[in-house]
Amino acid sequence: FFLCKYYAFFKSLFKVCSHENVKKSEVECLLRVFHSLVEKANVRLNNFGLDRNAFRAILHSIFGMTDDMLMNRVFFAFDKDNDNCINAKEWVKGLSVFLRGTFEEKLKFCFEVYYLNGDGYISREEIFDMLKNSLHQQTSEEETDEGIKELVDITLKKMDYDNDGKISFADFEKAVKEERLLLEVFGPRLPEAKFSEPEEPA
Amino acid sequence: MGVALARSAQWTAARYGTRALETTPLNEAILEEIMMFVESFIYKHPQEAKYVFVEPLEWKTNLDPSAFESGYIVSETTVKSEEVDKDGQPLLFLSVPHIKIRSFGQLSRFLLTAKDTKLKEAQACIEANEGPVTKILGLDYNTMKEDTSVVNILDKITKEEDPASEIKMKLGKLLEQLDLHLLNHSLRHISLEIRLNPTIVKNDIELLKHFSGKGEQTVLESIDYTSDYEFSNGCRAPPWRQIHGEICYVLVKPHDVETLCITCSAEGVFLNGGKTNDEGEINYERKSEIYKDLVTFLKEKSAKFSENMSKQDVRFSEEWKKEKEEPKEAPKKEEAAAPRKALPASSKSMLEKNQINFGKSQMTKRLEPSLNWKATIDFKEHKSLLRDIQEEKRGGRLESKSAEKIEEMISESSSESEEDEEPPDHRQEANADLPSEYWQIQKLVKYLKGGNQTATVIALCSMKDFNLAQETCQLAIRDVGGLEVLINLLDTDEVKCKIGSLKILKEISHNPQIRRNIVDLGGLPILVNILDSPHKSLKCLAAETIANVAKFRRARRAVRRHGGITKLVALLDCAQNSGEPAQSSLYDARDVEVARCGALALWSCSKSYANKEAIRRAGGILLLAGLLKTSHENMLIPVVGTLQECASEENYRAAIKAERIIENLVKNLNSENEQLQEHCAMAIYQCAEDKETRDLVRLHGGLKPLASLLNNTDNKERLAAVTGAIWKCSISKENVTKFREYKAIETLVGLLTDQPEEVLVNVVGALGECCQEYENRVLVRKCGGIQPLVNLLVGINQTLLVNVTKAVGACAVEPESMMIIDRLDGVRLLWSLLKNPHPDVKASAAWALCPCIQNAKDAGEMVRSFVGGLELVVNLLKSDNKEVLASVCAAITNIAKDQENLAVITDHGVVPLLSKLANTNNDKLRRHLAEAISRCCMWGRNRVTFGEYKAVAPLVRYLKSNDANVHRATAQALYQLSEDADNCITMHENGAVKLLLDMVGSPDQDLQEAAAGCISNIRRLALATEKARYT
Repeated sequence: FFLCKYYAFFKSLFKVCSHENVKKSEVECLLRVFHSLVEKANVRLNNFGLDRNAFRAILHSIFGMTDDMLMNRVFFAFDKDNDNCINAKEWVKGLSVFLRGTFEEKLKFCFEVYYLNGDGYISREEIFDMLKNSLHQQTSEEETDEGIKELVDITLKKMDYDNDGKISFADFEKAVKEERLLLEVFGPRLPEAKFSEPEEPA
Repeated sequence: MGVALARSAQWTAARYGTRALETTPLNEAILEEIMMFVESFIYKHPQEAKYVFVEPLEWKTNLDPSAFESGYIVSETTVKSEEVDKDGQPLLFLSVPHIKIRSFGQLSRFLLTAKDTKLKEAQACIEANEGPVTKILGLDYNTMKEDTSVVNILDKITKEEDPASEIKMKLGKLLEQLDLHLLNHSLRHISLEIRLNPTIVKNDIELLKHFSGKGEQTVLESIDYTSDYEFSNGCRAPPWRQIHGEICYVLVKPHDVETLCITCSAEGVFLNGGKTNDEGEINYERKSEIYKDLVTFLKEKSAKFSENMSKQDVRFSEEWKKEKEEPKEAPKKEEAAAPRKALPASSKSMLEKNQINFGKSQMTKRLEPSLNWKATIDFKEHKSLLRDIQEEKRGGRLESKSAEKIEEMISESSSESEEDEEPPDHRQEANADLPSEYWQIQKLVKYLKGGNQTATVIALCSMKDFNLAQETCQLAIRDVGGLEVLINLLDTDEVKCKIGSLKILKEISHNPQIRRNIVDLGGLPILVNILDSPHKSLKCLAAETIANVAKFRRARRAVRRHGGITKLVALLDCAQNSGEPAQSSLYDARDVEVARCGALALWSCSKSYANKEAIRRAGGILLLAGLLKTSHENMLIPVVGTLQECASEENYRAAIKAERIIENLVKNLNSENEQLQEHCAMAIYQCAEDKETRDLVRLHGGLKPLASLLNNTDNKERLAAVTGAIWKCSISKENVTKFREYKAIETLVGLLTDQPEEVLVNVVGALGECCQEYENRVLVRKCGGIQPLVNLLVGINQTLLVNVTKAVGACAVEPESMMIIDRLDGVRLLWSLLKNPHPDVKASAAWALCPCIQNAKDAGEMVRSFVGGLELVVNLLKSDNKEVLASVCAAITNIAKDQENLAVITDHGVVPLLSKLANTNNDKLRRHLAEAISRCCMWGRNRVTFGEYKAVAPLVRYLKSNDANVHRATAQALYQLSEDADNCITMHENGAVKLLLDMVGSPDQDLQEAAAGCISNIRRLALATEKARYT
C-alpha cells in the first residue's frame, strides 16, 4: 500500500537520485527500510518522517554511533529543510552520501556535521566541544581540559592553513585531501569502515 | 693389544700424571677401537688367535666366574679355559679378582663374555699392563722407547729363521695396522684440540675481563691487551709475529702472583719474556710450557684464580639449573671458554652455550659498580646475546634452538648484504640537548596512549607531519615509548588507527635500529596478520612495512615463521579479489598496488635461502611470472628484484626457464627505468649459468640491449649487472658471435680501466670467454686490451684474479699477443700468482701459464729466468686441490718440453710427487697427470724412477676410464714408460695389453699410435726373454 500512496513521490525521488551513484533498486530498498522504520517509530501521520530521537536510535543501532552530540549533528545535516524531521527524500539523499558518497560529497557532509552555528567555519570552541570526551579521564578535570586544549591547538596547527583561528571549508578540504584520515577528524560520523571501504583520494 | 695402544695410553697417562686413563673422548674412542679389534680378532684371524703370549696379560677384573660358560672349567672363585698351551697351562686363568689371559682368542671371548662391562675391562687391562706388546711378542721385540715403531719389530721377526715366527709376523703386521689406525684416530682428535683462533682468544679474554677487578671475589686483578690496535683478522700481534701464529699478548695480574706477560698463539698459550723496557717492547721468547688455553694456563699459574674460578663455576651452574631443567648440562666454565674441545658439529652448540653464559655473566654482574660492561664489550654481540637469553626465557629449549640456529646459519644465502650487521644502538642520552621535535613527539605519544580513537587519529596525523625520514624523529618516537603504542594500535580493531600507525611505521622502519626494535617488540607477527585483512590499503601498508623491516636475517626468519611468506605470495594474486566488473578499473589499480607491495616485501624476504624455498613452495614463481607481463614499472622492479634474488637457486632457474620468464626479462631490458634494467640484467646474470637459458636470451633478442647498455657507464650498479649478464651469456659461442657483431668487445676492452672492481670482474670474465675465439683475440689485441689486462694481474680481489688470469691465458694462445704479454712481464706476474693463497687463483694462474710457455719465444730460457719458479711449481704438486693439481700438471707438461728445465724439475723431485698423485679418479687430473708423466719420462732415469715409485699400475687403470682424452694421454705415457723393461712387466701384470689392444682400434690416431707402440715394446721384451731362454 505504500507503493500506491507514494508513487508520484517515488518518481520525483528517482529523478533526484538519478545523477547520484545510487541505483534504482537501492533507492527502493532504502525507501522500504525508511517506511518500516517510520512505522516502527510511530510517527505523526501528517509528516511521514523520522524525528530526532528515532533517527538517533537508528544511527546508534545500525551504524554504531555513540556520541550524542555528533548524532544530533548528523541529524541536522540530514534534515535539509530544518523541520526537525527527516522525510523520505532527505533520508534517501542523506544515506546515499552516507553509504556511497563520493569523496567530495563526504567531505562536504562531514564539514556540515562539524560546524554548528551555520557560519561556515569550525571554530576553536566547536572543536573543543567535539573533542572534550576524547581523552580518558585523568586525575583532575583541569588536567583533562588542559590536555584537550593542547589537542585543539595541535589540530588547529595542522588544519588551519590560513591561521585565522578557525577552520574554513577550504582549510578542511585541503587538510583532508592531504591526509584521508582527517575526514572524520572530530569524531566518527560516517558509517564504520566495516560497512564501506575507505578510499584513498586520487 | 697394539703398540699404538701402549703409546697412546702411556701418552695420556703421562699427561695427567697418574697411571689411569682419564675418561676423555679421545681415550674412549681409542678403547672403542681396540675393543673392536680384539673382539673381531677370533673370527678374522683364527690362526693368530691361537698364538700364545710370551707373558700373560694380568689385571683385576670385576667379572664374576659365573659369567663364564661353555669352554671353561668354572669353580666358585676360579675359572680355567679348556684351551691350553703346549705345556698344558690354561690360556685363561681367573682367580677372583685376578685374571691372566695368554691369547687373542681368549681375549676376544673374554670381552664377549664381559658384555656391558667390556669397556671397563679393557680399560683396566690397559692400565694394568704396561707395554702389552712386550708381553705378547716377548721381551726380544720390545725395544720400545718413545720412537720405536712396529717396523723395527718386524725387521727382527723377518730376520729370524724360526718357523713359528710367521704367525708372529702376521700378528706384528696386524698390530701395525691397528697402530696406524689408532694414531690417525687420535691425531684427528688432537688436531681438533689445540688450535686457537683470534675469536676464541678474544672471547676468553673478554670473559675474564668481566670477572676481573678489585676485591676477593674476582678471579684476576686485571687483564689487558698490550696493544689497543686490532688487525682486521682479529689479531693484535704485530704482523711479523703473526706469521709465527701469535695472536695477541696479554698482561695478566692475578691476585697472588706477579703480573704475567702472556702470548696467545695458534698453538696455545704460554709465558713470554715480558716487557723488556718501558716502550712496550716485548721479549717474544717462550718461557713456559704451552697450555691449551688461557684458563688452563692461569689455573696452573695462580691458585687464587683457580679457586675463584671454581666458585664462578658453581654460580653458573646454579643459574643454569634455574634456567633450564637439565642440571647435567651445567656448563663448566672451562667448557664455555674452550669450545674447540668438541667436535665441529657440537662445537656450534657449545659456542651457543658459551655466548649465553657470556650474556648471563653480564646480566648478573651488571649491578656491580666496578664493572663498566658497556665499555668492554662490543654492543653488537651484547645485543644478540640478550636476545638469545630473552628467547630462552620464553621457554625455548636450548637443543632445538641451537639446532635451528645452525640450520639458520646454513640456510642464509650468500646474497645477504652488509645491512645484516647490527649497528651500534645508541639511545639518546637523557640529558643531552634534545631537539624541539622530541618534546612535541612526546606530547603526541601521550595522546596516542591516553586518547580515544578521535584523539589518536589526530595525534597520528600530526606525527606524520614530522620529518619521519630524519633520524632524530625516528629515535624520538622510539625513546618516548611510541613504538610500543604504534604496534599495539595494530592489534586493535580501529582501521583508521591501524592505517595511521602503519603509515608512521612504514616511514620510520627505514631506520635499521627501529627495524630491530619492531622485531624485538613482536611487531612482525601482527604485521603478518594484517596481511589477511580485507582492507587493501591496510594490506599495502603492512606489506610495505614488512618490506622495510625484513632487511635483516632475524626479521626475515620471523616473517617466515609466522606464515608471512604464504600470505605475501597470496597478495601477488591480484586477479583473486577483483570486484564487480563496473568498478574493475578502480579495483584493478588498487589490486596492482597490493601486488606491488607484496612483491616489495617478498623482495626483502627473498634474501634468505629458506624464504626463497618458502616462496617457491607457496607458488610464488608462477605469480611472479604473471606479474612480469604487466607494464607497471614500479611493479616490475620489485618483481624482477625478487626473481633476481631467487635465481641463485637451481630450482628457480629451472622454473624461470619453464615459465618463459627470460622473454619478459629481455623485454624489460629495453625499458627506460635504469633500476629495472639493472635488476633484469642481474637476473639474467644469475640465470645464464645454464646453456639453454643463454640460448633463450639470444633468441629473444636480449644480447643487443645488453651490448648497447654497455655504452652508458655512469650508473655503476647497472653497469656491473649488465657486464655480469654479458659475461655469463658469452659462455655460449653463438652469443659471442652476436656480441662481436654488436661491437661489444671493443666496448668491453674500453671498460678495463677506471671501473670499480665489481664491474672489472665481469668485464674481464666476459673477455676471458670471448677470447676463446681467434677473431676476438685479435680484436682484443688490436684494441689494446692486453696492457690493461696484464696490469690487472697485480690486484688482490680473488674473483678478479681468477678471471684476469683466464683472460690473459686465453690471449696468450696467440703468439703475437704472447709477445706483448711477455714484453709487459705478464708471465712473471702470472707465475707469482702461483703463490696466491687461494686455490682457484693458483689453478687459474697455472692454466694461464700453459699457453704462455707454449707460445713464448725462447720459453725455456724465460722459465729458467724466474728464480725459484720451478721449485715453486713442483711444490704445488703437494696441494690437495684437484683443480690446482691438474693445472700444475699441465704447466709441468709444458715446462718439461725444455730439456734443461726438465732436468731441473727432476732434481726438485717431480717424479715421486707425480707418482704419488697417480691414484686418482678425477679424469681431468688423470689426463694432465698422464701427459706430465709422459713428458717427464724424457729425462735420464725418470722412466725407471716412475716404475720404482709405483706409478705404472695406476696408469694402466686409467685406460678403463670413459674419457677419450684420458686414454690418449695415458697411452702416450705408457708408451714412454714401456721403454723400461720392468715397467713392461708391471703393465703386463696389470692387464694393460688387452686394454691397449682395444685402443689400437680407436679412431684417434695419436692414441692408436701410442697404444701400438706400447704393445710393441711389451712384445719385444717378451720375444727377447723367450730368445734368451732358448739360446
